[in-house]
Amino acid sequence: MKAGSTETILRARGIGKSFPGVQALAGVDFDLRAGEVHALVGENGAGKSTLARIIAGVEKQDAGQMELNGQPYSAASRAHAETRGVRMVMQELHLIGNLTVAENIFIEKLPSRFGIVDYGKLNGAAIEIMEQVGLADIDPATPVRSLGIGQQQMVEIAAGLSRQCRILALDEPTASLTENETELLFHQIKRLKGEGVGIIYISHSIEEVLRIADRVSVLRDGRGISTADAGELSSSDIIRMMVGRDLEHEQLRHAGRPGEVALRVSGLNLGKKVRNVSFEVRRGEVLGVAGLMGSGRTETMRALFGADTADGGQVYLRGADVPVRIRSPRDAVRSGIAFLTEDRKGQGLLLPLAVRKNISLMRLRDVSRFGWMDVPRECSVACRYVDVLSVRCSSTEQTVGELSGGNQQKVVIAKWLYRDCDVLIFDEPTKGIDVGAKFEIYNQLGKLADKGKAIIFVSSDLKELMAVCDRIMVMSAGTVAETFDRDRWSREKIMAAALSELRADSV
Amino acid sequence: MCGAKPIRYPLYALRSTLYAINRGDNLMAITENERRGMPSLPAFVTDYLGMAMALTVLLVIFGFSAGNFFTLTNFRTIANQVSDTTIVAVGMTFVLIIAGIDLSVGSVMALSGAVLGTCMVRFGLPLAVAIVACLVAGIVCGLANGLVVTRWRLPPFIVTLGMLEVARGVAHLVTGSQTKYIGGAVGVIAGRGLLIPFIVAVIIVILGQLVLSRTVFGRYIVAVGTSEEAVRLSGIDPRPIKLGVFALCGFLTAIAAVISTARMEAADPNAGAGLELRAIAAVVIGGTSLMGGRGSVVSSFFGVLIIAVLEAGLSQMGVGEPTKRVITGCVIIAAVILDQYRHRIRKTAT
Repeated sequence: MKAGSTETILRARGIGKSFPGVQALAGVDFDLRAGEVHALVGENGAGKSTLARIIAGVEKQDAGQMELNGQPYSAASRAHAETRGVRMVMQELHLIGNLTVAENIFIEKLPSRFGIVDYGKLNGAAIEIMEQVGLADIDPATPVRSLGIGQQQMVEIAAGLSRQCRILALDEPTASLTENETELLFHQIKRLKGEGVGIIYISHSIEEVLRIADRVSVLRDGRGISTADAGELSSSDIIRMMVGRDLEHEQLRHAGRPGEVALRVSGLNLGKKVRNVSFEVRRGEVLGVAGLMGSGRTETMRALFGADTADGGQVYLRGADVPVRIRSPRDAVRSGIAFLTEDRKGQGLLLPLAVRKNISLMRLRDVSRFGWMDVPRECSVACRYVDVLSVRCSSTEQTVGELSGGNQQKVVIAKWLYRDCDVLIFDEPTKGIDVGAKFEIYNQLGKLADKGKAIIFVSSDLKELMAVCDRIMVMSAGTVAETFDRDRWSREKIMAAALSELRADSV
Repeated sequence: MCGAKPIRYPLYALRSTLYAINRGDNLMAITENERRGMPSLPAFVTDYLGMAMALTVLLVIFGFSAGNFFTLTNFRTIANQVSDTTIVAVGMTFVLIIAGIDLSVGSVMALSGAVLGTCMVRFGLPLAVAIVACLVAGIVCGLANGLVVTRWRLPPFIVTLGMLEVARGVAHLVTGSQTKYIGGAVGVIAGRGLLIPFIVAVIIVILGQLVLSRTVFGRYIVAVGTSEEAVRLSGIDPRPIKLGVFALCGFLTAIAAVISTARMEAADPNAGAGLELRAIAAVVIGGTSLMGGRGSVVSSFFGVLIIAVLEAGLSQMGVGEPTKRVITGCVIIAAVILDQYRHRIRKTAT
C-alpha cells in the first residue's frame, strides 16, 4: 500500500497564518508526493483545516511559500487553485438543496446544447460517478435537499471526485458517513492514488488515518510536530503527539451509587421516528444512548424536550406520579431539563455574539435589575464559568464564532450549567471536537453526575459511551432495543442490539 | 484572570471609554481580560465616527457649493423634516434586527394621524385624549402585524404589505377621504418654528439605543435576530419578543404621526406615502443588516440625516427632483457596499 512514486508535487515551507487573537499556523512545512495519502491530524484549532484551505486557495497565508511541481504557487482563490489542479472537499456542505444530485455534481459545466441543459447526458454521466461512490440506488434527478446528511456528504465527495485534479484535499470527509459509505470512499481514494493524485486527508478518526494514509503529519497549536510513515506509528503515538501528553482511554469514570429516579419517560411517540420509547434515568447516573444514524436518538430527545411536539407519551420528574406537561422547550427548561443540541453552531449558540452574552442568555433576569442589564455582574458570571470549564478565549468579549469547536461546546455547557437544570441531555457533544477537549467534556459529564445530576449522553462513538456511562440504552429503528448495565455490555452486544430492529422489520 | 484593574494609559482610556459607551457599560466594568479582547480604536472610528464624517463631508460640500446652505432657517427646515422619519427609523431598526421588515409604517402613520384629526375635528375631543387614541391606533396596528407573524409564522414582508393596504384604507374610511384641518391647536407640539419635534426625535433615538444595548429586552431582540431557533431551544419563547418589537414599531410610528400632523396642522389620509422605503433606506445606510442580528439606532439616525442633508443640499444647488432621486439611490447602494467592506475587514477567523 506504499506510494510507488516519490516525486514531490507540492512543497510548502514556513506557512503562517493568523486570525485576530489566534496564531492558526506558525511556520509549518508540508510536502505532498504524487500518489500518496498524506493525513493531517491534530486537535481542533491545531491548524489542519487552515493549512488545507491555504493550499486550496480558500484562505491566503500571511507567511511562507509554496511550490507546485517545482513552480512557485500561490492560489488567489479556490477557482484559481482548481485551474492548477488543486481541489478541496470542505467539511461543510456546499450543495444547492433545490437542484438535483446530477446538477450539483456537474454544476460547473452542465452539458448543454444552445444553452439548454442536456438532461439525458447529465444524468447518464452522474449515474456513472454515483456508482463509484455507492450512490447507485439514488435517482440522479432527486433534489439534494431530500437526501440524508450522509448521502449529501457522498454527493459532495462525488462532485470533488468527478473533476480532474492532481491534488485533492478532503476535510473530515467521513464525519457523517456510515461504515459502508466510508468503505466506498476509501476505495475511491485508492483509485485516485493509483492515478497519481496526491491526497491530503484530514480526520479526527485515528483508526481511519492509520488505515488509509501513507504518511501522517501531526499539527499542534499551529505548528508541525512531526511527519512520519503511517506504518511506523501506533494510535497512541499519534494521540500523544496531538495532545502532548498521554491519555488514559479505558474506564474514565468510577460509577457512583445512583440515587432516586430523576426522569421517567413512558410511551413516547413521534411519527415513525420514535415509537413507544420508555426509559428512566437516575440522579448521579450517566445514561448512554447508542444507535445507528436514523435510529431516532435525536428525535426522541427533541420530543422529550418539547423541541418537536410528540404524538403521545408522558414524562415524569423526580419520581412523581403526575406527568409534567412539556409542549415547548420553555416548559422543559422550567421543569429542569436541559438539552445540548447536536447542531451547536446553528441551534446551540449565537455565533456572532460574545461569550459573555451566550453564557448569560438563559438567566438574563439574574444579571439585570428592572430590565436593565447589570453588565459587571454579567461579566463576573461569564468569567466564572469560563474559568470553571477552562474555555480558551482571548476574553469573555470574544465572539463565540471565533472559538474552536471544543471551546464552543464548552460555552454551550457553560450556558446550561448557569441555568442549573437537574436533567442534562447531551446530544453528540464531542462531534467534531479534538481529543483533548473530548476528555475535558467526559470529565465534566462525570463531575455533573457526581453532583447528583442525571445525565443522558447520546453518541455515535461506542468507545466514549463505554468509557463514561453507567448504563447504555441502545435504540434501533425508533424503539429501545435493549439497555445494558456496565458489567453486561460489550461492543458486539451493543452493535447487535442496534441492528436488531432493522433486521426484524425492514428489507 | 478577571480582576478589574484601573486604566493606566491615555489611549487605553480613550478606547475603553468609547467601548463602554458603545456597549452601554460603565467604565469600571471593563476588566483587563476584556480590554485585550476589545475592538481596536480604528474599528470604533469606522463604526460611529465614519457615519459622522460622511455627514460632515456632505455639509462641507454643500456649504461651499450651495450659497445659503449654512443658514439657521435651512437647518431648522431640515431638522423639522427629519423628525418623523427619524422616529419611524428607530422602530424600523428594531424590526430589521429581528430579521423582520415593516412595510406598513407609512399607512399606519396616516391612519394614526387620521384618528388624531377625526377625534379633534369631528368629536371635539381634547388634545390629550386624541393623542392617546392616536397612539393606541398605532400600537394596535403593530400588534396586529406581530400577532399574524408569530401566530401563523408568515413572513413579515407579506403581513406588513397587507397591513400597508388595510391601514391606508381605514385611514380613508375614518376621514371620509377628507383632509382634517386641526389648525394651530397643536402648535404646542409643532413648536412653531422651534425645534421641539427634532428634540423629541433625538430623545427617542437615545432611548432607543439604550433599550437596544442596555436592557434585557434589547438583548433578546439581538438574540432572536441572530438565531430564533437557538433562542427557542434555550427555553425562551421568541414570540412575545417579536410581538413586542412590532408593537413598538407601531407605537413609534404613531408618535411620528402626532408630530407630522401637528406640523402640517392637518391629518391627511394620504400622508406618509413612501415613508417605509425612506425609513428602511436610512436604517440600511446606518449598517443594520436586513438578515437580522446586527444594527444600531444611532447609526440609523445618521442615515436619516445623511439622506436629508443630501436632498436639501441638492435642491439648494438647483438640482431637479429626478436627478436628486438618482443620486440618493446611488448613495444608498454605495453606503451598503462600504458597510460590507467594513465588515469583511473586521470579519475574523472562520
